[in-house]
Amino acid sequence: MSIAHRATGVALYGGTLLIALWLIAAASGPAAYETAQAVAGSLLGRLVLFGYTFVLLHHMVGGVRHFVWDLGHGYSPQARMNLAKYSVVVSGGLTLLVWIVALTR
Amino acid sequence: MLSHSSMRTPLGRVRGLGSAKSGTGHFWLQRVTAVANLVLAIGFLCVVLSLIGKPHAAALATLAKPQVAILMLLFVVSGAVHMRIGMQVIIEDYVHHEVAKIVAVMANTFFAIAVGAACAFALLKISFGG
Repeated sequence: MSIAHRATGVALYGGTLLIALWLIAAASGPAAYETAQAVAGSLLGRLVLFGYTFVLLHHMVGGVRHFVWDLGHGYSPQARMNLAKYSVVVSGGLTLLVWIVALTR
Repeated sequence: MLSHSSMRTPLGRVRGLGSAKSGTGHFWLQRVTAVANLVLAIGFLCVVLSLIGKPHAAALATLAKPQVAILMLLFVVSGAVHMRIGMQVIIEDYVHHEVAKIVAVMANTFFAIAVGAACAFALLKISFGG
């Protein structure tokens, strides 16, 4: 799961380009912003954004796990297994929650 | 490499610096930005969710609000710092050739600053550019 934290970190690193493109499109004008919206709303765009959401939330939840370790807790084998399981369940659940909000707006 | 211009002992010069040559500065800054990002990313997700389906003018009006613009600027800066350190740690772990490592670490710094500057410029243009 630590390697997952690295992998999601690398994915988010590349993903900042998407945030930059989105903000630049918004700053450029209505035409560029509509193009960005069309790309984000396409099937491929939604798949990428869904993946991005999960990766971001997984990294955030995984980061909380690192805070727990930094504070000196959760080092037993059982605790580490539980933390690994919880981080997948919680980040997966939060991803679904965000997308339920997104799709029902 | 040994300098005789200093009265400090070799041990005194390197104590606390570690393999990254910069001590615990990066370690601590990575934790500080992680805490900041945890809060700021939740705000960022709320902003993005609130903008879904909104036309350009309405999206700009939201992004130009001071509380939104400041949140986004802080997220962009804290995120860029955090991702730069994270990627540098990965590079230092996996790239062992000295020249390649220096080039990769430098390129990583440039990328983080460039992305951060691009996002910050776009946000400031939305707020002040009219």
